[in-house]
Amino acid sequence: MKVESTFKIAFRALRRNKLRSVLTALGIIIGVGAVIAMVSIGNGAKAQVEQQIASLGENVILIFSGSVTSSGIRTGWGSAGTLKIEDAEAIRREVSGVIAVSEEVISTRQVSAGNQNWFTRVYGESPEYFDIRQWPLSNGASFTGQDVRSSNKVCVIGRTTASQVFGSEDPIGQVLRIQGVPFLVTGVLTPKGLSPQGTDQDDIVIMPYTSAMKRVIGGSTLRGINIQVASPNHLAPAQQQITELLRQRHNIRAGRDDDFTVRNQQEIAETATATSRIMALLLGAIASVSLIVGGIGIMNIMLVSVTERTREIGVRLAVGAHGRDILTQFLIEAVTLSAIGGAIGILLGLGASRMLSVFAHWPTLISIPSIIAAFFVSAAVGIFFGFYPAREAARLDPIEALRYE
Amino acid sequence: MAGTAAVVRLEDVHKTYRTGEVDVHAVRGVSLEIARGEFVAFMGSSGSGKSTLMNLLGCLDRPTRGRYLLDGFDVSGLHRDQLADIRNRKLGFVFQSFNLLPRTSALENVELPLLYGEHRLTNAELGEKARKVLATVGLSGREDHYPSQLSGGQQQRVAIARALINDPEVVLADEPTGNLDSRTSLEIMEIFQQLNDRGITIVMVTHEPDIAAFAKRNIVMRDGTVQSDQQVARPLIAEKETKNLETKR
Repeated sequence: MKVESTFKIAFRALRRNKLRSVLTALGIIIGVGAVIAMVSIGNGAKAQVEQQIASLGENVILIFSGSVTSSGIRTGWGSAGTLKIEDAEAIRREVSGVIAVSEEVISTRQVSAGNQNWFTRVYGESPEYFDIRQWPLSNGASFTGQDVRSSNKVCVIGRTTASQVFGSEDPIGQVLRIQGVPFLVTGVLTPKGLSPQGTDQDDIVIMPYTSAMKRVIGGSTLRGINIQVASPNHLAPAQQQITELLRQRHNIRAGRDDDFTVRNQQEIAETATATSRIMALLLGAIASVSLIVGGIGIMNIMLVSVTERTREIGVRLAVGAHGRDILTQFLIEAVTLSAIGGAIGILLGLGASRMLSVFAHWPTLISIPSIIAAFFVSAAVGIFFGFYPAREAARLDPIEALRYE
Repeated sequence: MAGTAAVVRLEDVHKTYRTGEVDVHAVRGVSLEIARGEFVAFMGSSGSGKSTLMNLLGCLDRPTRGRYLLDGFDVSGLHRDQLADIRNRKLGFVFQSFNLLPRTSALENVELPLLYGEHRLTNAELGEKARKVLATVGLSGREDHYPSQLSGGQQQRVAIARALINDPEVVLADEPTGNLDSRTSLEIMEIFQQLNDRGITIVMVTHEPDIAAFAKRNIVMRDGTVQSDQQVARPLIAEKETKNLETKR
């Protein structure tokens, strides 16, 4: 019946001791601010990794050529040519669910045009590569199946390579020399940014794998095969079939190790996001500790305040306050402090995460649910940590309280 | 219940405290009546039971035995919260150490009992009521002063205004001049006498006979019982005493 009055009383009490109110709220301000900022950093990192994983393409299976042991030295994945062009064709032909296959050879080479030159990665692929990686051209055209069959001297280049070699000129129709061999640039790729490993994916020259094998890199084996299947459900069975098919084609007896590796994009994504998910959790957990410390700060100040204001409570009881009025007053004081602290903390956290992304270039992602949660958690902290002191205050005996020195 | 003019009626009231193992029999069978419009001073040495009796009269405590009728209603068996409501509506308190809320304006201190009252008032109504009462104790123009900006006498007058805000049946004053010099004490007694002239019942506890001399009736307590209870033939008039004090200088 006297809720309004109790609010009035509580606000008057808070206003009476502004410095203490501000200091008490500061704990919550910092706690909530830290939670918001940390969660936004964690989410930002997670989102960035997810985006990088998505840049690999959808429903992708990667096959790497295997390691061989030569004179006792094991050479590592992709080094030895255990994958053949015929293996890729067999997969195209026999494995169900496969919608695109790109044979892959990789090298790094010095490239030049006019008086400019640049050291870059040279990829040999099939035209399906651009579909698999969901990597459209920003202008010009891709090479074709015909280019692959005839090992034509054509290539598409990434944005970084384009600007390094051709500067502001339009590279399309120009000639790019790779090891002295002139290649016609038919297209420029859309920028893709950094890979999960941190390499610039736009620093690249992509040409038909046949051209790369015959005219640039040499050799007759593939470094890897990129495969796209129709749906996520096809990933596991296709992976299984590919393994069986390749073991059979490579005459690997049962019990012996594969001379190739098959990975699907989900596995890669899971390892990559696991790290960032743990980081996000860790950041949130650390920040939550500061929120709890803020809550204990409120409880501490409220307890001190109950002791310090014993006479005040005595007077209130003497002039007709019920125990419940005192309880409500102290609870309102605590919740007001923590809610206002929470609101300011949210602004502080938003500001901090904005600063981090603007000045430190950290990826941050602010989620509305985390803001709402932070606000209600801070109010709940006020109720939780304010209840005990408030109950102590409400239980005081008016005579004792009035006599308190 | 009604029919009696007594605003306070105690019937064989006892109060026993238990402190540890020992029972302290602080009030041992007090029966008395205080009529409307009286100005009563309770006296007695410390341990005489006058403070305990004051707490009982102030509904801050309940008698162990006996009945207490306040304004005709038996309040001896009431609950903590019911007693709080009685205190709010029917009683006003003045303490030795003023007990004003610090860093709170005189006006807001006086408004305090209204906030716990049954009527919901707007800020403007609260302010208006408090302003009026402050004027009756001579503090017009000091509404926005904090207790720390007021002299002891002024602080006690704020406390008196707070006691008066709900038009109480009885104003209870516990050593109201205990922290004041003699001149300021006279000032407070003058206010009490003015209030009493307006028909307000005042019950005061004091150990100073000089102060008790301003009341119309003196009750002396000893060992938890009433030792003497007599009307004061000619109570001192605070206004005159103040003038005497001035001419002496």
